[in-house]
Order: sequence, then C-alpha cells, then structure tokens
Amino acid sequence: MSSVTVDRLYKKYGKVEAVKEVSFVVEEGEFTVLLGPSGCGKTTTLRCIAGLEIPNGGTIKFDDEDVTNLSPAARNIAFVFQLYALYPHLSVYDNIAFPLRAEKLAKEEVKKQTEEVLKLLQIEDVQNMKPRKLTSGQKQRVALGRAIVRRPRVFLLDEPLSNIDAKLREMTRAELKRLQKTIGATTLYVTHDQVEAMTMADKIVVMNFGDIQQIGTPYEVYHYPANLFVARFIGSPGMNFISGKIITELGKVLIELPGQLKAGLSVKQQDALSQSNQSRDVVLGVRPEDVKVFPQEETLYPAEVYVFEPLGVQNIVTLKIADTLIKATLPGDVFLQIGEKVSVSFREIRIFDKQSEKLIA
Amino acid sequence: MSNLSLINLTKKYGRVTAVSRLNLEVENRKVTVLLGPTAAGKTTTLRCIAGLEKPQAGDIFIDGERINDLPPKDRDVAFVFQNFSLYPRYTVFENIASPLRIRNISKDDIEKNVKRVAHMLHIDHLLERKPIFISGGEMQRVAIARALVRNPRVFLLDEPLTNLDAKIREETRTELKRLQNETGATFFYATPDQIDALSIGDRIVIINEGHVIQVGSPYEIYHQPANLFVADFVGSPAMNFLPAVFSENGMIDVGPNLMKIQLPIEKTQLCRQYLSAREIIIGIRPEDITLSQEKTATSFSAQVEVIEPLGMSQIIRLKMNSISIRVRSEGISELTVDSSIHFTMKEKKIHIFDKNSEKRIA
Repeated sequence: MSSVTVDRLYKKYGKVEAVKEVSFVVEEGEFTVLLGPSGCGKTTTLRCIAGLEIPNGGTIKFDDEDVTNLSPAARNIAFVFQLYALYPHLSVYDNIAFPLRAEKLAKEEVKKQTEEVLKLLQIEDVQNMKPRKLTSGQKQRVALGRAIVRRPRVFLLDEPLSNIDAKLREMTRAELKRLQKTIGATTLYVTHDQVEAMTMADKIVVMNFGDIQQIGTPYEVYHYPANLFVARFIGSPGMNFISGKIITELGKVLIELPGQLKAGLSVKQQDALSQSNQSRDVVLGVRPEDVKVFPQEETLYPAEVYVFEPLGVQNIVTLKIADTLIKATLPGDVFLQIGEKVSVSFREIRIFDKQSEKLIA
Repeated sequence: MSNLSLINLTKKYGRVTAVSRLNLEVENRKVTVLLGPTAAGKTTTLRCIAGLEKPQAGDIFIDGERINDLPPKDRDVAFVFQNFSLYPRYTVFENIASPLRIRNISKDDIEKNVKRVAHMLHIDHLLERKPIFISGGEMQRVAIARALVRNPRVFLLDEPLTNLDAKIREETRTELKRLQNETGATFFYATPDQIDALSIGDRIVIINEGHVIQVGSPYEIYHQPANLFVADFVGSPAMNFLPAVFSENGMIDVGPNLMKIQLPIEKTQLCRQYLSAREIIIGIRPEDITLSQEKTATSFSAQVEVIEPLGMSQIIRLKMNSISIRVRSEGISELTVDSSIHFTMKEKKIHIFDKNSEKRIA
C-alpha cells in the first residue's frame, strides 16, 4: 500500500471550476473520507486520483512517484463502486481469483494468492459457495477480497453504501471499518453522508464549492468546526446558531444575544476575543446536546417548547428563545408538552465571526 | 376535523394481496402514522381512503359516514404525495391557491388563507416566484401548503419528506408537527422511516405485508415492541438479539454457555406463564448496555471490535466469541480497538421473545 499526496489539484469543466487547488495527504494505511454536499468537487477529486479525469493543474503522488499523467491501468488502484457487485454464477473462490486469472497469472500463483486473501478475510469456509447463499457481511468481504487480491496501492470508494437500506448500511459500515484496518489498506472514501464520515474515518476532508473547508479527525470537525459550513454540515440534529454581539461587562467578555440575554464564555474563549472590537457581530453555535433544559428558573434563559419529538433512545425538543428556534436533545425518559415554559442554559459554545463565518473562539 | 376508520379493508391486485383485512382508527386532531417497510401496503391504504383505488372488501368511514361509494372529490380529504408536482407556470401563491380557486371562494379569503399557511411553513417570501426558482425543500413545503390551505376532514400524507435531504427533512418535519398542533388537523401519515414515525406520531400503526402488527404510542412501540419484527424495525442502531435458553428459576443461558443472567422476578413470572418452549431470543437495545473497565458481579468481558464516533455519542461493537454486540455510549471514551472491556446489561431492559412465535413475552 502507498500514501497519496494531492498537491494543489485543479480541475475545471469549461468555465466551471470543479476543484480549486486542493491539497491533502492520505497516509499509508489511513482511512480518509472526502465529505461534502453534491457538487462540492469530491467525486472529481477522486476521479483525478483514479486517472479517470486529467487535472488542469497540480500533482498527485503515490508515495514519491508522480502519477498525475499515468493511465488508470498503470496506477494500480482499486476503484470500488458497489460493494455487492459479485459474479452470481461463480463461487466465492472463483470471484476472488477472477482478476488474477484475467491477468493470466500461473495457476500455482493464482491459488496461492487467492488462498491468502480467503484466509485474511476469514472466508475460507464459504469458498465454494455461490454469492446468493452468503450473508451481507460475507458478500462484502468477497467484494473486498476481489479488490485486494491484485494488491492495489490505494483503495478508492465512491459512495459504496448509498444504494443499500439503512439497517444494512449500519452493519456494513462497521464491517468495512474493521476490514480496512485488518488489511491496512490506504483508503480514500467519498460520501455526502456525515454519519458515514464520522463513524469510519481516521481523517475527514470536508469540501464545499471545490474548496477544502477543513481537514481533521472526526473529533476535531465535530467539536471544533473551522467555519459555519462545517458546523452546519456535521452532526444531526444540527448545531444551533444564534446571532449576537461581543460586549465587555465588569471586565468579562460576553456575547449579547437577542432578548437581552447574555452568554458567558470560558477563560480561553475570553482571551481569544479580548482584542475584538466591541459590538463585533458574531454567531454563537451550540450543539443540541449542550443545551440543558430545566424547570423554570430565573437565572437561566426563558424558553418555550415549540415542538417535541420523541425518538426512543433520546427526545428532541425545539425551543423558542427570544424568537430564535433551537433544538436540544433530552434523555429518552424526559417528556415535554408543546407550549410548556422551561429554562435553558448552554454548556459548550462556539463563536464564529459573522462576516467571515470562521471559528474565532 | 374528524375520525377515520377502516374496517376489514382488503385490496388485491390480481393475485397479490396488498392490504388484507386491515382494521384501524385515525383519531380526530391527532397524527396517526402508518409505518412499515416498502410494499407493506401503506400507499395502497391511503389511495383507498382517497378514492384513487377501489377496495375489494371492507368499509371506510369518516365521521361515521361510509365513503366507499363517494367519488374522490366528494370525500373531502387532502392528499400530499411523495412525488409532489407543482404547476410550473403558476407562482407559488397561485399554486397554493389552486384548490381554493375551484371552490368559488372570495378573493380576499383566498389571499388570507394562502398567506396564513405560507407563513406557518416559512415560505411567505417565495409567494411571487415560479417553482423553478425555489429549492426542492421549498417545493415540498409549497406542496404541503397547497394541501393545508383547505380545511379537509383528513390529511393523507404519503412519505411527504422522503425526497428531501437530511437537514431539510429534519426542519420540515419539525414545522409539520408544529403546524398540525396549531391547526388541530387530523393527519394520516405513511412512512418507511422509523425516525419520522417516532418523532411526528401521536400513535403509530406498524404494518407489514398488508397486516397490522402493532398499534401504540411512540413510547410503547419503542419500549414494548410486540414482536421481533417491530423490535428490529424501530430503533437505530438496532436492538441486539441473542439466542438463549430459559430456566424456571429465571436464569437465562445466553449463547448458549456465554452468559448467565438472572431475570427480574416480574419477567421470570411472565416467561413461566407464556413461553411456548425454553428456547428464547433476548433483545437488548444498545443504550441499555453499560461499559466499564472494572469487572463486577454481573458483568461480562468482551473485545472492542469497532468504535464508531457520532459526535455526541458513539457506537461500540463488541465481540464475545462468535457473537457481536452493539453498545451506545455517551460522550468520549478512552477505548481502543482490540482491548478488553467489561459490559453489563440492564436486566429490567432485557426483552424476552418466544423463539417459535417471535412474540415479546416480557
């Protein structure tokens, strides 16, 4: 397996810039996810790495080798579109041996390499079965087995789970993550689904409008989103946003919110904002699990229940605070009525600049 | 707004029975959700009520009036389709107003009503635009507004949020629920999505293969699923299911020979009374298992196989010999893949299913 280095990759179609000087690295053995909404340039980036598109600028390296102008076949990559596309009339063994036989390898060599893969993926005991007899997890192993038997340098996956139902997707996700680590495959995975990205990735590259918005671990992009776009895109239910202004009162930096409410900041956040202009326009971001709901109490923010949605494991309440709607997650055994008056406080908050939309504290 | 009831509703297409002797009630001013997988018979049921399909047997009543023989236009129901279509040459205002125009309502009243629903669905600023200039989520809100602008006896909603992307879907669902609450409309809402069902429903009717499987509040459906099908269908990540054997003293042997768990007395009694055989399936939701580094009297040990962070919580997959168990844990943990860990099941939260009938016993 190799590492992948993408350096100032640029691709346009006519006048449309699909990818604007994008740079990132996929380390050897790492699971990197390219995440973004449709049209953000993620698939174009992947196709450039696969050699299916020729970029207008920038370079792509596998380890130290520049592959930017190599044909797809010469790159030795495995491009997986759908994890379940197996040959139905062939046994598990023959499905995996297929690419080797296509390359006209000696019989002995085919046998040796196929058996290695069967063993690695723990599917030796089903090697004589046809795909329709297999469980979904086994099918997935076979599909991966067929891809790795050629010993590709990199795995490229383009929304491989998008066409399967929710239950199966959840199972497949975990299996795939486990397998990726077992075989130590350098993997670049494209998706628009933030849950897939969060659950599987070692590293997430968030893209929008052909640009990288943030590169980070799932923890970093969730807890320290670089800007409002990332904050909005990651997490469900999404982060709440309330417009405010920076003010200083009795030596403390605070955020003034609509309805004469004020939000306190951590010492670190106060330091970060202490040089800011007074009345600077900001956006306060708070995740639904960091909105704490209490019976009515004077020292906290007053709020009214706008909608209550029980989800079993947890309940989601939409609250109206000074004309802004925000969501809070509650334990599954706490129930509220529409119209009920409650009080609210915030645990962790993030502050974004209103103009640049960047995280500032 | 009114009460809708279906009695023994049966609809066949050739030899295929889409809906079989369906009995259900849609309560006045409430949201009743029809939840089931694809091809469960949801859409057929709604189409029979709207008069778009003619059932072979059964009765449909609205407010005590049998409507089977009424033409669709006289049934006074509104239908919101999954694949909504707007008039492309009309503005948003004209689209919403169209059901009122054909009913000879005064211009002032039309304007008042259109503005009222547009405001509730946050599309007031779009009224002068043509559909091609608004987003998919906005189009669906217009389609919903067009249904809501009238005051029909029942609203039939057929997967109204299915074609929307995740964020807009969440938002629209919240607005729809608020709107129903404000107007006191009667909703009959079909969806294959269990999250939609739990969050919007006052009552949920679960159907599969044309039959009603369970009727209950979201709480009942989630905490007291009638059988394995419901238990597996509702909840994400899904409930864990493990084979086990029940002993008269309330001890269950999971695996077998992997774990011995003592059931609470109430569950033991129910099992003694109602089990058809000693073979059972136990079900436990991922949030009802707790992890710890320390071994306790009731804990078991397993290997951490996969960790899936979701931000506010994470899903941990454990491996214990040949079985795999999903655990949901809040916050961030220090766990590492392949390390050993101890876990405990909350005994009160263990569901016992009869292996033969697949029904929930305790």
